Amino acid sequence: MGKYKNALLGPLLEENPIAIQILGICSALAVTTKLETALVMSMAVIFVMAFSSFFVSVIRNQIPGSIRIIVEMAIIASLVIVVDQLLKAYAYQTSKQLSVFVGLIITNCIVLGRTEAVALKKPPDISFLDAIGNGMGYSLVLLIVAFFRELLGSGKLFGMTVLNLQAEGGWYHPNGLFLLAPSGFIIVGLLIWALKTYDKDLIEEE
Amino acid sequence: MPDESMKKTIMVALAVCIACSVLVSTAAVSLQGIQKENIALDRIRNILIAADLPAEGKDIRKVYENNIEPRMIDLTTGRVVDDKKIIERLDIERFNIPAAAGDPDFGRNIPGDRDIAGIKRMPRYMVIYFMRNKEKSGKVILPVYGKGLWSTMYGLIALADDLKTVTGFTFYAHAETPGLGGEVDNPKWKESWKGKQVLDSEGNVSIRVVKGRVDNSRPEAMSRVDGLSGATITSRGVENLLHFWLGEQGYGPLLNRLREGLYG
Repeated sequence: MGKYKNALLGPLLEENPIAIQILGICSALAVTTKLETALVMSMAVIFVMAFSSFFVSVIRNQIPGSIRIIVEMAIIASLVIVVDQLLKAYAYQTSKQLSVFVGLIITNCIVLGRTEAVALKKPPDISFLDAIGNGMGYSLVLLIVAFFRELLGSGKLFGMTVLNLQAEGGWYHPNGLFLLAPSGFIIVGLLIWALKTYDKDLIEEE
Repeated sequence: MPDESMKKTIMVALAVCIACSVLVSTAAVSLQGIQKENIALDRIRNILIAADLPAEGKDIRKVYENNIEPRMIDLTTGRVVDDKKIIERLDIERFNIPAAAGDPDFGRNIPGDRDIAGIKRMPRYMVIYFMRNKEKSGKVILPVYGKGLWSTMYGLIALADDLKTVTGFTFYAHAETPGLGGEVDNPKWKESWKGKQVLDSEGNVSIRVVKGRVDNSRPEAMSRVDGLSGATITSRGVENLLHFWLGEQGYGPLLNRLREGLYG
């Protein structure tokens, strides 16, 4: 069972796609001003990753090398459209906020990265778990970043007021920087630093 | 190793394409009904927010039908459009402002020096909403839009019987910076517009969005609104779009007709 557990849980910390592999940063900045959008985005990415890896892995022995990337992209893109349609139908308000970023999951390097690196070589069960693991690693970072950005930037968590804002008679003066993209970079940077301080093995050799 | 022959490659490509297109079209077709319903409800919800009517719950469609009467008007004359062909093509219930503005027949260019809202093109016709239950809320709801910092902001403004006093104001689509300019959709800020005078006694647009807080002791406080902190350009955009749409180029002709007691 070791390899299954490793495929699923490894990407949470030691092989975290954002913090260690530095993939998928762009969407981590764009959708993390609020926990709600970060959560929906996370679920969408996990869904797309899990099933694209699974399907690619199922047909991996049939895909000719010359068109493999195009085949992977076709599968990923179709799944992204399905997710986008589902969100528009069942989570209309959130899908309005996520706008173009759901469509941009297609270009999220983590998704194509996992299908290329794992799904093309390994059987469906491992590929499926590996994709879910990487999706969760991505989600973990997204949610941590969104937690700080929403709390410090607008004094709220999941849209509920936690810190009473000065403008509304409270004491907290929100830090507008946390609502802008650079703060995402800063928080991701601090996370990488914390992770590598905690586990010295993760520091790359010079 | 997979077979790399031409025949196999084409077969695989074809099979993948067919499988994917079946998946995508099934999803799109089967969910289309719910999505259309969502868009329609969202539109109704925004109109009800501007009208200051309850916009939550299941019966919002009923609230809308009982209280709101949409009409298509010709912006240049301010008259209600009775040309069946135009109404049919623009469809009151699905009227789409950007589509109408972009259409060669239904939209027109705005000369650069007059384009204070920064929208370049505007529709010749517009769907506006009359409120039936006048004593409780306002009289008419007008769609307005204009450029903010990053995006075009789409809003609805409701005016009272005197056609000067705001009874509701809301933005339903924009992509301003969340937390800064994005606060245009903050309920507290929307609330601060209620009771403000957008037009003076001569019918000129007098509303200003000021930096910081409005000094309530001054006589012009009724036509001043607090700016959004950290969002100067968005605030100015809101002011500009109101000046454009409530002025001669926008709803001026309509407001004149309404003032004379003529309904469209």
